[in-house]
Amino acid sequence: MGELKRTPLFPVYQDFNAKTVDFGGWEMPVQFVGIKDEHHTTREKAGLFDVSHMGEILVEGPDSEAYLQKMLTNDLSKASINQAQYTIMCYEDGGTIDDLLVYKLDESKYFLVVNAANTEKDYDWLKEHAEGDVTVRNVTPDYVQIALQGPKAETILQQLTEEDLSEIKFFRFKQDVQLNGIEHGAIISRTGYTGEDGFEIYINHASGVELWRAILKAGEAHGVTPVGLGARDTLRFEANLALYGQELSKDITPVEAGLGFAVKAKKEADFIGKEVLAEQKANGPKRKLVGLEMMDKGIPRHGYDVLKDGENVGFITSGTQSPTLGKNVGLALVQAEYVNEGETLEVQVRKRTLEAKIVPTPFYKRK
Amino acid sequence: MSLPKEYYYSKEHEWVKVEGDKVRIGITDFAQDELGDIVFVELPEEGDELDLDQPFGSVESVKTVSELYAPVSGKVVEINEELEDSPEFVNESPFEKAWMVVVELNDKSELDNLMDADAYKDMIDTE
Repeated sequence: MGELKRTPLFPVYQDFNAKTVDFGGWEMPVQFVGIKDEHHTTREKAGLFDVSHMGEILVEGPDSEAYLQKMLTNDLSKASINQAQYTIMCYEDGGTIDDLLVYKLDESKYFLVVNAANTEKDYDWLKEHAEGDVTVRNVTPDYVQIALQGPKAETILQQLTEEDLSEIKFFRFKQDVQLNGIEHGAIISRTGYTGEDGFEIYINHASGVELWRAILKAGEAHGVTPVGLGARDTLRFEANLALYGQELSKDITPVEAGLGFAVKAKKEADFIGKEVLAEQKANGPKRKLVGLEMMDKGIPRHGYDVLKDGENVGFITSGTQSPTLGKNVGLALVQAEYVNEGETLEVQVRKRTLEAKIVPTPFYKRK
Repeated sequence: MSLPKEYYYSKEHEWVKVEGDKVRIGITDFAQDELGDIVFVELPEEGDELDLDQPFGSVESVKTVSELYAPVSGKVVEINEELEDSPEFVNESPFEKAWMVVVELNDKSELDNLMDADAYKDMIDTE
Protein backbone atom coordinates (compact mmCIF):
# COMPACT_ATOMS: atom_id res chain seq x y z
CA MET A 1 0.00 0.00 0.00
CA GLY A 2 1.43 3.35 -1.04
CA GLU A 3 0.77 6.69 0.55
CA LEU A 4 -2.85 7.39 1.39
CA LYS A 5 -4.76 9.83 -0.79
CA ARG A 6 -6.47 12.78 0.83
CA THR A 7 -9.57 14.64 -0.33
CA PRO A 8 -9.49 18.42 -0.77
CA LEU A 9 -11.45 18.60 2.50
CA PHE A 10 -8.72 16.95 4.54
CA PRO A 11 -7.70 20.25 6.21
CA VAL A 12 -11.17 20.72 7.73
CA TYR A 13 -10.97 17.39 9.59
CA GLN A 14 -8.36 19.09 11.74
CA ASP A 15 -10.91 21.69 12.87
CA PHE A 16 -12.57 18.86 14.76
CA ASN A 17 -9.53 16.77 15.60
CA ALA A 18 -11.25 13.96 13.69
CA LYS A 19 -9.92 10.43 13.85
CA THR A 20 -8.89 9.17 10.40
CA VAL A 21 -8.50 5.69 8.92
CA ASP A 22 -7.42 4.11 5.65
CA PHE A 23 -10.57 3.55 3.60
CA GLY A 24 -9.97 2.16 0.13
CA GLY A 25 -6.61 3.90 -0.04
CA TRP A 26 -7.94 7.23 1.27
CA GLU A 27 -7.22 8.82 4.61
CA MET A 28 -10.80 9.48 5.72
CA PRO A 29 -12.43 10.60 8.97
CA VAL A 30 -14.02 7.68 10.81
CA GLN A 31 -15.57 9.99 13.38
CA PHE A 32 -15.63 13.66 14.33
CA VAL A 33 -17.25 13.57 17.76
CA GLY A 34 -18.47 9.98 18.13
CA ILE A 35 -20.25 7.47 15.92
CA LYS A 36 -23.46 7.19 17.96
CA ASP A 37 -23.75 10.93 18.36
CA GLU A 38 -23.22 11.58 14.67
CA HIS A 39 -25.70 8.82 13.82
CA HIS A 40 -28.48 10.22 16.02
CA THR A 41 -27.87 13.80 14.90
CA THR A 42 -28.22 12.75 11.25
CA ARG A 43 -31.51 10.97 11.99
CA GLU A 44 -32.90 13.84 14.06
CA LYS A 45 -31.34 16.99 12.55
CA ALA A 46 -28.63 16.92 9.88
CA GLY A 47 -25.24 15.44 9.17
CA LEU A 48 -22.56 16.70 6.79
CA PHE A 49 -20.32 14.14 5.08
CA ASP A 50 -17.17 14.46 3.01
CA VAL A 51 -17.53 11.71 0.43
CA SER A 52 -15.03 13.09 -2.05
CA HIS A 53 -13.25 9.74 -2.07
CA MET A 54 -16.10 8.41 -4.22
CA GLY A 55 -15.05 8.10 -7.85
CA GLU A 56 -16.57 10.13 -10.69
CA ILE A 57 -16.39 8.89 -14.26
CA LEU A 58 -17.70 10.94 -17.18
CA VAL A 59 -19.06 9.17 -20.25
CA GLU A 60 -19.68 11.38 -23.27
CA GLY A 61 -20.53 10.98 -26.94
CA PRO A 62 -23.51 10.16 -29.16
CA ASP A 63 -23.30 6.41 -28.43
CA SER A 64 -23.13 6.83 -24.63
CA GLU A 65 -26.60 5.49 -23.88
CA ALA A 66 -26.23 2.37 -26.01
CA TYR A 67 -22.82 1.71 -24.51
CA LEU A 68 -23.96 2.17 -20.91
CA GLN A 69 -27.03 0.02 -21.53
CA LYS A 70 -24.60 -2.78 -22.33
CA MET A 71 -22.45 -2.13 -19.25
CA LEU A 72 -25.15 -1.59 -16.60
CA THR A 73 -28.07 -3.66 -15.33
CA ASN A 74 -30.71 -0.96 -14.87
CA ASP A 75 -32.61 0.50 -17.85
CA LEU A 76 -31.00 3.84 -18.61
CA SER A 77 -33.48 4.54 -21.44
CA LYS A 78 -36.03 5.23 -18.69
CA ALA A 79 -33.96 8.05 -17.20
CA SER A 80 -34.62 11.63 -18.22
CA ILE A 81 -32.17 14.51 -18.17
CA ASN A 82 -31.50 15.64 -14.58
CA GLN A 83 -32.44 12.23 -13.23
CA ALA A 84 -30.11 9.91 -11.33
CA GLN A 85 -30.42 6.15 -11.45
CA TYR A 86 -29.09 3.49 -9.09
CA THR A 87 -27.56 0.70 -11.12
CA ILE A 88 -25.07 -2.18 -11.04
CA MET A 89 -22.11 -3.16 -13.18
CA CYS A 90 -21.61 -6.93 -13.39
CA TYR A 91 -19.27 -9.54 -14.80
CA GLU A 92 -20.50 -12.08 -17.31
CA ASP A 93 -21.12 -14.57 -14.45
CA GLY A 94 -23.39 -12.06 -12.66
CA GLY A 95 -20.84 -11.24 -9.96
CA THR A 96 -20.78 -7.56 -9.06
CA ILE A 97 -18.07 -5.16 -10.22
CA ASP A 98 -19.68 -2.19 -8.48
CA ASP A 99 -22.93 -0.50 -7.62
CA LEU A 100 -23.20 3.11 -8.71
CA LEU A 101 -25.32 6.14 -9.50
CA VAL A 102 -25.62 7.39 -13.06
CA TYR A 103 -26.54 11.04 -13.53
CA LYS A 104 -27.96 11.88 -16.93
CA LEU A 105 -26.49 15.34 -17.58
CA ASP A 106 -27.78 15.52 -21.15
CA GLU A 107 -28.67 13.15 -23.99
CA SER A 108 -25.06 12.24 -24.60
CA LYS A 109 -23.37 12.95 -21.28
CA TYR A 110 -23.48 10.76 -18.17
CA PHE A 111 -21.80 11.20 -14.81
CA LEU A 112 -21.09 7.93 -13.00
CA VAL A 113 -20.49 7.96 -9.24
CA VAL A 114 -18.68 4.82 -8.10
CA ASN A 115 -17.22 3.40 -4.90
CA ALA A 116 -13.81 4.79 -3.92
CA ALA A 117 -11.97 1.49 -3.75
CA ASN A 118 -13.42 0.41 -7.11
CA THR A 119 -12.73 3.55 -9.13
CA GLU A 120 -9.66 2.28 -10.99
CA LYS A 121 -11.17 -1.16 -11.56
CA ASP A 122 -14.42 0.35 -12.89
CA TYR A 123 -12.60 2.84 -15.09
CA ASP A 124 -10.40 0.12 -16.61
CA TRP A 125 -13.41 -2.12 -17.21
CA LEU A 126 -15.39 0.69 -18.81
CA LYS A 127 -12.51 1.68 -21.08
CA GLU A 128 -11.83 -1.91 -22.09
CA HIS A 129 -15.44 -2.34 -23.20
CA ALA A 130 -15.88 1.09 -24.80
CA GLU A 131 -17.86 0.85 -28.04
CA GLY A 132 -18.93 3.35 -30.66
CA ASP A 133 -18.45 7.09 -30.39
CA VAL A 134 -17.86 7.50 -26.64
CA THR A 135 -15.14 8.88 -24.44
CA VAL A 136 -14.67 7.68 -20.88
CA ARG A 137 -12.79 9.87 -18.42
CA ASN A 138 -11.94 9.43 -14.75
CA VAL A 139 -12.68 12.89 -13.37
CA THR A 140 -12.49 11.98 -9.66
CA PRO A 141 -9.82 14.59 -8.76
CA ASP A 142 -11.93 17.38 -10.28
CA TYR A 143 -14.73 17.02 -7.75
CA VAL A 144 -15.49 17.37 -4.12
CA GLN A 145 -18.58 15.43 -3.09
CA ILE A 146 -20.41 16.52 0.03
CA ALA A 147 -23.56 14.88 1.41
CA LEU A 148 -25.98 16.76 3.63
CA GLN A 149 -28.46 14.31 5.13
CA GLY A 150 -31.26 14.46 7.66
CA PRO A 151 -34.66 16.10 8.21
CA LYS A 152 -33.09 19.59 8.36
CA ALA A 153 -31.01 19.15 5.21
CA GLU A 154 -33.30 21.11 2.88
CA THR A 155 -33.83 23.97 5.34
CA ILE A 156 -30.08 24.33 5.79
CA LEU A 157 -29.07 24.13 2.15
CA GLN A 158 -31.90 26.41 1.04
CA GLN A 159 -30.25 29.26 2.93
CA LEU A 160 -27.33 29.11 0.51
CA THR A 161 -29.18 29.29 -2.81
CA GLU A 162 -31.89 31.08 -4.78
CA GLU A 163 -32.90 27.83 -6.49
CA ASP A 164 -36.01 26.23 -5.00
CA LEU A 165 -34.66 22.97 -3.60
CA SER A 166 -38.14 21.61 -2.90
CA GLU A 167 -38.47 21.23 -6.68
CA ILE A 168 -35.77 18.57 -6.65
CA LYS A 169 -37.61 15.27 -6.20
CA PHE A 170 -36.09 12.00 -5.00
CA PHE A 171 -33.33 10.87 -7.41
CA ARG A 172 -33.55 14.11 -9.41
CA PHE A 173 -30.95 16.84 -9.56
CA LYS A 174 -30.14 20.35 -10.74
CA GLN A 175 -26.94 21.38 -12.48
CA ASP A 176 -24.80 24.45 -12.11
CA VAL A 177 -26.53 25.61 -8.94
CA GLN A 178 -25.04 28.73 -7.39
CA LEU A 179 -24.39 28.32 -3.68
CA ASN A 180 -23.59 31.25 -1.39
CA GLY A 181 -21.76 33.13 -4.16
CA ILE A 182 -19.17 30.39 -4.44
CA GLU A 183 -17.26 30.59 -7.72
CA HIS A 184 -18.19 27.20 -9.17
CA GLY A 185 -21.72 25.92 -9.76
CA ALA A 186 -22.71 22.59 -8.23
CA ILE A 187 -24.72 19.52 -9.11
CA ILE A 188 -27.26 18.97 -6.34
CA SER A 189 -29.23 15.73 -6.21
CA ARG A 190 -31.82 14.53 -3.74
CA THR A 191 -30.03 11.27 -3.03
CA GLY A 192 -28.07 9.77 -0.19
CA TYR A 193 -26.81 6.80 1.74
CA THR A 194 -28.43 7.19 5.13
CA GLY A 195 -32.14 6.45 4.79
CA GLU A 196 -32.92 10.12 5.47
CA ASP A 197 -33.99 12.92 3.18
CA GLY A 198 -31.04 14.93 1.95
CA PHE A 199 -28.72 15.93 -0.83
CA GLU A 200 -25.48 15.00 -2.47
CA ILE A 201 -23.52 17.91 -3.87
CA TYR A 202 -20.75 17.81 -6.47
CA ILE A 203 -18.59 20.87 -6.88
CA ASN A 204 -15.21 21.79 -8.32
CA HIS A 205 -12.48 20.63 -5.94
CA ALA A 206 -11.20 24.18 -5.47
CA SER A 207 -14.52 25.26 -3.94
CA GLY A 208 -14.92 22.30 -1.58
CA VAL A 209 -13.60 23.79 1.64
CA GLU A 210 -15.57 27.01 1.12
CA LEU A 211 -18.79 25.07 0.56
CA TRP A 212 -18.20 22.77 3.55
CA ARG A 213 -17.68 25.74 5.87
CA ALA A 214 -20.70 27.59 4.42
CA ILE A 215 -22.99 24.61 5.07
CA LEU A 216 -21.71 24.13 8.61
CA LYS A 217 -22.32 27.81 9.32
CA ALA A 218 -25.80 27.79 7.79
CA GLY A 219 -26.61 24.62 9.71
CA GLU A 220 -25.28 25.70 13.07
CA ALA A 221 -28.65 26.92 14.33
CA HIS A 222 -30.21 23.65 13.14
CA GLY A 223 -27.73 21.43 14.95
CA VAL A 224 -25.80 20.10 11.94
CA THR A 225 -22.75 17.97 12.71
CA PRO A 226 -19.93 16.70 10.51
CA VAL A 227 -20.18 12.92 10.20
CA GLY A 228 -17.45 10.37 9.57
CA LEU A 229 -17.47 7.04 7.79
CA GLY A 230 -18.32 5.17 11.00
CA ALA A 231 -21.80 6.64 11.27
CA ARG A 232 -22.18 6.65 7.48
CA ASP A 233 -21.86 2.88 7.73
CA THR A 234 -24.36 2.43 10.60
CA LEU A 235 -26.84 4.77 8.88
CA ARG A 236 -26.69 2.99 5.53
CA PHE A 237 -26.80 -0.40 7.29
CA GLU A 238 -30.02 0.38 9.19
CA ALA A 239 -31.59 1.56 5.92
CA ASN A 240 -30.50 -1.67 4.18
CA LEU A 241 -28.38 0.12 1.59
CA ALA A 242 -25.74 -2.22 0.17
CA LEU A 243 -22.03 -1.68 0.76
CA TYR A 244 -19.66 -3.03 -1.86
CA GLY A 245 -17.24 -5.51 -0.29
CA GLN A 246 -19.93 -6.63 2.16
CA GLU A 247 -23.40 -7.10 0.63
CA LEU A 248 -21.94 -7.02 -2.88
CA SER A 249 -18.74 -8.47 -4.33
CA LYS A 250 -17.46 -10.28 -7.40
CA ASP A 251 -18.87 -13.44 -5.76
CA ILE A 252 -22.31 -11.99 -4.98
CA THR A 253 -24.84 -11.03 -7.65
CA PRO A 254 -27.16 -8.06 -7.22
CA VAL A 255 -30.17 -10.39 -7.36
CA GLU A 256 -28.81 -12.38 -4.42
CA ALA A 257 -28.22 -9.11 -2.56
CA GLY A 258 -31.89 -8.16 -2.97
CA LEU A 259 -31.20 -5.53 -5.61
CA GLY A 260 -33.29 -7.13 -8.34
CA PHE A 261 -35.15 -3.81 -8.72
CA ALA A 262 -31.98 -2.41 -10.34
CA VAL A 263 -31.60 -5.38 -12.70
CA LYS A 264 -33.90 -4.99 -15.68
CA ALA A 265 -33.61 -8.42 -17.23
CA LYS A 266 -36.39 -7.53 -19.68
CA LYS A 267 -34.76 -4.41 -21.10
CA GLU A 268 -34.15 -4.65 -24.80
CA ALA A 269 -30.42 -4.14 -24.73
CA ASP A 270 -28.20 -7.07 -23.88
CA PHE A 271 -26.02 -6.28 -20.91
CA ILE A 272 -23.06 -8.03 -19.38
CA GLY A 273 -24.29 -10.65 -16.91
CA LYS A 274 -27.83 -10.68 -18.30
CA GLU A 275 -28.11 -14.43 -18.80
CA VAL A 276 -27.24 -15.37 -15.22
CA LEU A 277 -29.17 -12.51 -13.65
CA ALA A 278 -32.31 -13.13 -15.73
CA GLU A 279 -32.27 -16.78 -14.66
CA GLN A 280 -31.90 -15.79 -10.99
CA LYS A 281 -34.74 -13.30 -11.26
CA ALA A 282 -37.00 -15.84 -12.96
CA ASN A 283 -36.31 -18.82 -10.69
CA GLY A 284 -35.06 -17.14 -7.54
CA PRO A 285 -31.42 -17.03 -6.47
CA LYS A 286 -29.93 -19.88 -4.44
CA ARG A 287 -28.83 -17.46 -1.74
CA LYS A 288 -30.69 -14.45 -0.39
CA LEU A 289 -29.86 -11.50 1.79
CA VAL A 290 -31.89 -11.43 5.02
CA GLY A 291 -32.02 -9.43 8.21
CA LEU A 292 -31.07 -11.17 11.45
CA GLU A 293 -31.75 -10.07 14.99
CA MET A 294 -29.70 -11.67 17.73
CA MET A 295 -31.72 -13.47 20.40
CA ASP A 296 -28.66 -14.27 22.50
CA LYS A 297 -26.24 -11.61 23.65
CA GLY A 298 -23.66 -10.88 21.00
CA ILE A 299 -23.08 -8.77 17.92
CA PRO A 300 -22.93 -10.28 14.44
CA ARG A 301 -20.02 -9.00 12.37
CA HIS A 302 -18.96 -9.15 8.73
CA GLY A 303 -17.74 -12.63 7.80
CA TYR A 304 -19.19 -14.57 10.76
CA ASP A 305 -20.70 -17.93 9.78
CA VAL A 306 -24.45 -18.46 9.85
CA LEU A 307 -25.61 -21.95 10.78
CA LYS A 308 -28.82 -24.00 10.87
CA ASP A 309 -28.67 -26.86 13.36
CA GLY A 310 -24.89 -26.66 13.26
CA GLU A 311 -24.62 -26.77 9.44
CA ASN A 312 -23.10 -23.80 7.65
CA VAL A 313 -25.84 -22.10 5.58
CA GLY A 314 -24.39 -18.62 5.01
CA PHE A 315 -22.47 -15.69 6.42
CA ILE A 316 -22.95 -12.24 7.87
CA THR A 317 -22.32 -9.44 5.36
CA SER A 318 -22.72 -6.52 7.83
CA GLY A 319 -23.65 -6.31 11.47
CA THR A 320 -23.49 -4.05 14.47
CA GLN A 321 -25.59 -2.78 17.32
CA SER A 322 -28.12 -0.56 15.59
CA PRO A 323 -27.79 2.87 17.20
CA THR A 324 -31.41 3.71 16.40
CA LEU A 325 -32.95 0.45 17.64
CA GLY A 326 -30.40 -0.52 20.26
CA LYS A 327 -30.63 -4.08 18.95
CA ASN A 328 -27.84 -6.33 17.72
CA VAL A 329 -28.70 -6.94 14.08
CA GLY A 330 -27.03 -8.11 10.92
CA LEU A 331 -27.51 -8.74 7.24
CA ALA A 332 -26.70 -12.26 6.12
CA LEU A 333 -26.42 -14.03 2.80
CA VAL A 334 -28.17 -17.33 3.44
CA GLN A 335 -29.20 -20.37 1.38
CA ALA A 336 -32.65 -19.63 0.02
CA GLU A 337 -34.41 -22.54 1.75
CA TYR A 338 -33.69 -21.00 5.19
CA VAL A 339 -34.76 -17.41 4.64
CA ASN A 340 -38.32 -17.50 5.93
CA GLU A 341 -39.23 -14.71 8.27
CA GLY A 342 -39.29 -15.76 11.91
CA GLU A 343 -37.03 -18.74 11.24
CA THR A 344 -34.30 -19.23 13.81
CA LEU A 345 -30.68 -19.54 12.71
CA GLU A 346 -27.38 -19.48 14.57
CA VAL A 347 -24.48 -17.09 14.25
CA GLN A 348 -20.98 -18.20 15.14
CA VAL A 349 -19.69 -15.27 17.20
CA ARG A 350 -16.05 -16.24 17.72
CA LYS A 351 -16.19 -19.25 20.09
CA ARG A 352 -19.91 -19.03 20.81
CA THR A 353 -22.85 -20.23 18.72
CA LEU A 354 -25.69 -17.77 19.29
CA GLU A 355 -29.36 -17.79 18.29
CA ALA A 356 -30.74 -15.26 15.86
CA LYS A 357 -34.06 -14.89 14.10
CA ILE A 358 -34.86 -13.67 10.64
CA VAL A 359 -36.52 -10.25 10.69
CA PRO A 360 -37.76 -7.90 7.97
CA THR A 361 -35.48 -5.23 6.49
CA PRO A 362 -34.80 -2.35 6.41
CA PHE A 363 -34.17 -2.18 10.15
CA TYR A 364 -35.02 1.51 9.98
CA LYS A 365 -37.43 3.38 7.73
CA ARG A 366 -38.01 7.10 8.07
CA LYS A 367 -41.54 8.22 8.81
CA MET B 1 -5.67 11.93 29.24
CA SER B 2 -5.83 10.60 32.80
CA LEU B 3 -3.51 7.82 33.98
CA PRO B 4 -3.60 6.73 37.63
CA LYS B 5 -0.06 6.56 38.98
CA GLU B 6 -0.67 3.61 41.29
CA TYR B 7 -1.92 1.24 38.56
CA TYR B 8 0.07 -1.16 36.40
CA TYR B 9 -0.41 -1.23 32.62
CA SER B 10 -0.11 -3.86 29.88
CA LYS B 11 0.97 -3.54 26.25
CA GLU B 12 -2.60 -4.50 25.31
CA HIS B 13 -3.92 -1.40 27.10
CA GLU B 14 -5.32 -3.04 30.23
CA TRP B 15 -4.83 -1.49 33.63
CA VAL B 16 -4.20 -3.57 36.75
CA LYS B 17 -4.90 -2.28 40.24
CA VAL B 18 -3.46 -4.29 43.12
CA GLU B 19 -5.80 -4.97 46.04
CA GLY B 20 -3.92 -7.31 48.40
CA ASP B 21 -3.64 -10.75 46.77
CA LYS B 22 -6.13 -9.75 44.13
CA VAL B 23 -6.10 -7.38 41.19
CA ARG B 24 -8.83 -5.40 39.52
CA ILE B 25 -8.57 -5.16 35.72
CA GLY B 26 -10.01 -2.83 33.11
CA ILE B 27 -8.99 -1.06 29.90
CA THR B 28 -7.30 2.32 29.73
CA ASP B 29 -8.65 5.69 28.74
CA PHE B 30 -6.43 5.54 25.66
CA ALA B 31 -7.96 2.19 24.66
CA GLN B 32 -11.57 3.34 25.04
CA ASP B 33 -10.80 6.49 23.08
CA GLU B 34 -9.31 4.46 20.23
CA LEU B 35 -12.32 2.11 20.17
CA GLY B 36 -15.02 4.78 20.27
CA ASP B 37 -18.56 4.16 21.53
CA ILE B 38 -18.55 0.86 23.43
CA VAL B 39 -21.79 -1.09 22.97
CA PHE B 40 -20.99 -4.53 24.37
CA VAL B 41 -18.60 -6.07 26.89
CA GLU B 42 -18.14 -9.82 27.05
CA LEU B 43 -16.60 -11.04 30.30
CA PRO B 44 -15.64 -14.47 31.68
CA GLU B 45 -17.63 -16.04 34.50
CA GLU B 46 -16.72 -16.10 38.15
CA GLY B 47 -14.50 -19.11 38.78
CA ASP B 48 -12.93 -19.06 35.29
CA GLU B 49 -9.15 -19.18 35.10
CA LEU B 50 -7.28 -16.48 33.20
CA ASP B 51 -4.17 -17.61 31.34
CA LEU B 52 -1.43 -15.03 31.00
CA ASP B 53 -1.59 -13.14 27.67
CA GLN B 54 -4.59 -15.19 26.47
CA PRO B 55 -7.94 -13.64 25.49
CA PHE B 56 -10.48 -13.64 28.33
CA GLY B 57 -13.24 -11.51 26.90
CA SER B 58 -13.93 -8.75 24.43
CA VAL B 59 -15.02 -5.17 24.13
CA GLU B 60 -17.13 -4.17 21.14
CA SER B 61 -17.60 -0.70 19.80
CA VAL B 62 -20.10 0.23 17.12
CA LYS B 63 -17.41 -0.43 14.56
CA THR B 64 -15.20 -3.20 15.83
CA VAL B 65 -14.37 -6.02 18.25
CA SER B 66 -11.33 -5.86 20.48
CA GLU B 67 -10.15 -8.84 22.52
CA LEU B 68 -9.16 -8.50 26.15
CA TYR B 69 -5.83 -10.18 26.94
CA ALA B 70 -5.07 -11.36 30.45
CA PRO B 71 -2.31 -9.17 31.91
CA VAL B 72 -1.90 -11.71 34.75
CA SER B 73 -3.02 -15.29 35.38
CA GLY B 74 -5.40 -16.32 38.12
CA LYS B 75 -8.96 -17.12 39.08
CA VAL B 76 -11.81 -14.72 38.41
CA VAL B 77 -13.53 -13.98 41.72
CA GLU B 78 -15.74 -11.09 40.68
CA ILE B 79 -17.03 -9.59 37.44
CA ASN B 80 -18.60 -6.20 36.86
CA GLU B 81 -22.16 -7.16 36.00
CA GLU B 82 -23.14 -3.52 35.52
CA LEU B 83 -21.26 -3.47 32.23
CA GLU B 84 -23.84 -5.77 30.70
CA ASP B 85 -26.49 -3.05 30.83
CA SER B 86 -24.13 -0.07 30.82
CA PRO B 87 -21.23 -0.72 28.45
CA GLU B 88 -20.93 3.06 28.03
CA PHE B 89 -19.21 3.11 31.46
CA VAL B 90 -16.10 2.02 29.57
CA ASN B 91 -16.13 5.34 27.71
CA GLU B 92 -17.27 7.44 30.66
CA SER B 93 -15.17 6.02 33.47
CA PRO B 94 -12.60 3.53 32.21
CA PHE B 95 -10.50 3.48 35.41
CA GLU B 96 -13.30 3.29 37.94
CA LYS B 97 -16.89 2.41 37.04
CA ALA B 98 -15.76 0.22 34.14
CA TRP B 99 -13.52 -2.19 36.03
CA MET B 100 -14.11 -5.57 34.40
CA VAL B 101 -12.90 -8.41 36.59
CA VAL B 102 -11.24 -9.07 39.94
CA VAL B 103 -8.68 -11.86 39.77
CA GLU B 104 -6.93 -13.82 42.50
CA LEU B 105 -3.28 -13.75 41.50
CA ASN B 106 -1.49 -17.02 40.81
CA ASP B 107 1.90 -15.43 40.86
CA LYS B 108 2.50 -11.95 42.13
CA SER B 109 5.78 -11.72 40.21
CA GLU B 110 3.78 -11.46 36.96
CA LEU B 111 3.19 -7.85 37.94
CA ASP B 112 6.89 -7.18 37.36
CA ASN B 113 6.33 -7.66 33.61
CA LEU B 114 3.79 -4.83 33.48
CA MET B 115 4.53 -1.13 32.99
CA ASP B 116 4.13 1.71 35.42
CA ALA B 117 2.17 4.82 34.37
CA ASP B 118 5.24 6.62 33.00
CA ALA B 119 6.39 3.68 30.87
CA TYR B 120 2.84 3.19 29.55
CA LYS B 121 2.57 6.86 28.71
CA ASP B 122 5.84 6.65 26.75
CA MET B 123 4.42 3.71 24.84
CA ILE B 124 1.16 5.38 23.82
CA ASP B 125 2.93 8.63 22.97
CA THR B 126 4.93 6.79 20.32
CA GLU B 127 1.91 4.91 18.92
